[in-house]
Amino acid sequence: MSGGGARRVVVLKGGRSLERQVSLASGARVQDALERLGHEVHGLDVGHDLVARLRELAPDAAFIALHGSDGENGTIQELLEILGIPYTGSGISACVRCSDKILAKHAMVDAGLPTPDFLSFNETAFKELGAAEALPAVEERLGFPLVVKPSDQGSALGIKFAAAATDVPAALVAAFSYSEKVVLEQYVKGRDLAVSILDGRALPVVEAVPDDGEFYDFTSRYTIGRTQFVCPAALDDATTARAQELALAVHDLLGCRHFSRVDLMCDAVTGELTVLEVNVIPGMTETSLLPMAADAVGIDFDALVGKMLELALAAP
Amino acid sequence: MTPRRPGRTQARDLERYASLFADRTTVMKSSPMRDLMALTARPEVISLAGGLPDTSTFPAEDFAKLMSHLGARETARALQYGPTEGVTEIKRAIVQVMAAEGTEVDEDDILPTTGGQQVIDLVCKTLVDPGDVIIAEAPTYPGAVPTFAAYQAEVIQIEMDSDGMRIDVLEETLERLDREGRRPKFIYTIPNFQNPAGVTMSLPRRRRLVDIAHERELLVLEDNPYGLLRYEGEPIPSLYSMDGGEFVIYLGTFSKILSPGVRVGWSAAPRPVLQKMNIGKASTDLCSSPLNQLFVAEYFASGQWPVYMDELRALYHRRRDVLLDALAKNLPAEASWTRPDGGLFIWATLPDGLDTTDLLAKALSRNVAFVPGRAAFMDGRGGTSMRLNFSGVSDERIVEGVRRIGEVVHEQVDLLGSLTGRRPGAVPRPAQPAAEPAGQRPADPALENVLQLPRRDGDDAATRRSSS
Repeated sequence: MSGGGARRVVVLKGGRSLERQVSLASGARVQDALERLGHEVHGLDVGHDLVARLRELAPDAAFIALHGSDGENGTIQELLEILGIPYTGSGISACVRCSDKILAKHAMVDAGLPTPDFLSFNETAFKELGAAEALPAVEERLGFPLVVKPSDQGSALGIKFAAAATDVPAALVAAFSYSEKVVLEQYVKGRDLAVSILDGRALPVVEAVPDDGEFYDFTSRYTIGRTQFVCPAALDDATTARAQELALAVHDLLGCRHFSRVDLMCDAVTGELTVLEVNVIPGMTETSLLPMAADAVGIDFDALVGKMLELALAAP
Repeated sequence: MTPRRPGRTQARDLERYASLFADRTTVMKSSPMRDLMALTARPEVISLAGGLPDTSTFPAEDFAKLMSHLGARETARALQYGPTEGVTEIKRAIVQVMAAEGTEVDEDDILPTTGGQQVIDLVCKTLVDPGDVIIAEAPTYPGAVPTFAAYQAEVIQIEMDSDGMRIDVLEETLERLDREGRRPKFIYTIPNFQNPAGVTMSLPRRRRLVDIAHERELLVLEDNPYGLLRYEGEPIPSLYSMDGGEFVIYLGTFSKILSPGVRVGWSAAPRPVLQKMNIGKASTDLCSSPLNQLFVAEYFASGQWPVYMDELRALYHRRRDVLLDALAKNLPAEASWTRPDGGLFIWATLPDGLDTTDLLAKALSRNVAFVPGRAAFMDGRGGTSMRLNFSGVSDERIVEGVRRIGEVVHEQVDLLGSLTGRRPGAVPRPAQPAAEPAGQRPADPALENVLQLPRRDGDDAATRRSSS
């Protein structure tokens, strides 16, 4: 095991998020790995007693395996800062930026980094400001098909494709089920790529290749056998280098630390790379992409988990 | 904490295991919807998503007495393996229960099973090869969907109306399959108070279905968990009784009339089919629990059950009415729903443009849950519908739960209205329950939505209502 000896580590998982099941799966695997590394591990299903339990356990570090709302939007990180507990992954401000697709995309645009063209609205715009009148202009700018996403959901839930103007209202209602704000984004037809960052270094590119269907099948994101993941992705050297460079640039731009996963699209026609979003707490399940990318450079799951913990303990 | 067993788990293990998984696991899928459903079990959530009977109504002293009788007389037998074909006493109880619905059955034609669900599994195991066709209703029992998927069946779902499965559509489908040289392995139906739609198959349609089975030599799986839970109207003979045990496989269960916890169900089937199912069952679990079978048999021998059934019927009847009232008060005029004469479920359909899977996410944030309609289809339909349970939820929680559902539905309808510049939908409210004379089928435009037909405007619906 890496230096520093056995530590008491809490693994934060579960909670009330819509991604609870994925989080429990990530958390269980992380717990296993930490135990194999010789640490004293306590799994915590996050709930009302979180602060009390953290005070009682007084851990050396918290490993955050929460996906969705509270784990990724800075809430948990804020609590851990107050309690003085070192934690894995990005700090509060990066979490706030990355968990809000609108903030993240504006930051990319301002910095001149490529992200698909988009517009965003909150519910009030439609209910009180008559934004529906502006929809034809929005549609004209983005073209069809377009993608409608809740601004702060990490999973596939609530993401809809609109092939024509008649699909847009229902897609918006669906997205607003999950979030007060939604993003309407130009659809990029092409290859679905992910670049994970670990300790300042871009790992090999992973490509998600759906078994069938014209669109990336969102239900398959967490399902074995529905989507083939290729790592390293079969890309030419220049594209690989550009994807990695872009991912690192966005990771830094948004202030992420230690690790993240950057999702990109490679346009089928132009070959242009664009960044969709950054995940500050990438999945750690058996189908997750960060562990797969790390494995491709000889960092097995236990070593990856060990590294993430080490970075947390060494953080200022 | 308990130490977890160390093992090797690495990212590449995915590949290693994936190559070992059977093809059928690719259709046994996890999904965002399943993740959502996992959240409905939180204690603070008022869940109308379950299918639970209210077991709290069973008197604890009766339970204790039955168990002590059993313990005194049958300890060794209750603790021992039993025959795959079930203990004799349970078959007597099954004969009694089927007789209460007017269905005669020979003890030798009965196979007790581990819950009714096992019958669905055994029927598939016995009849279905990958790619075989099963015909089911649209929507169908959500719990049968993963079983059909696991056996890699192609499921064709036949729409329903207020008289149950559309037999004319069934016949067209059978003709089409015939031309393609395909023959469905069985037709799956829940004729009484269908789960999830709440509708009951009419007598003429039952006759025609049995005739079709005979003419074409097709098997029918008649799933009848709720037949004894009729709150209004006259019972209709079972398909099994009309068929004479030739082409109908009957599925019964004690889950809804006594306890789902005992996991005792049964099948009554043509003997050659039953024999194969028996062999299939032996390889699955050797036998259903003798302890549980003897407990159920003891209960039915004690003679208390007609009284308890009356209590259950009165309770569920009241809760159904509470749910119907709550829906009328809280859902928008464009919504519609079924009005079942029995069973456990109501099927509600919202205006076009709403999606009940997404709505569930919003509903969960207000701590209320239902089953999104898509769970009852294998082909992506059902997006605007939801299944609501009334048997396992107290009156107060039904009222509060539906109030919260109404709140999120109204919010979405308003939003959709402002997005499209008009109010969606246009199906009028169903008639109020109080206005319906007992025993008469309501002239309920809501039932049209079970059909998954395109919506019509209010005038058309009014015409249909006055003419029916």
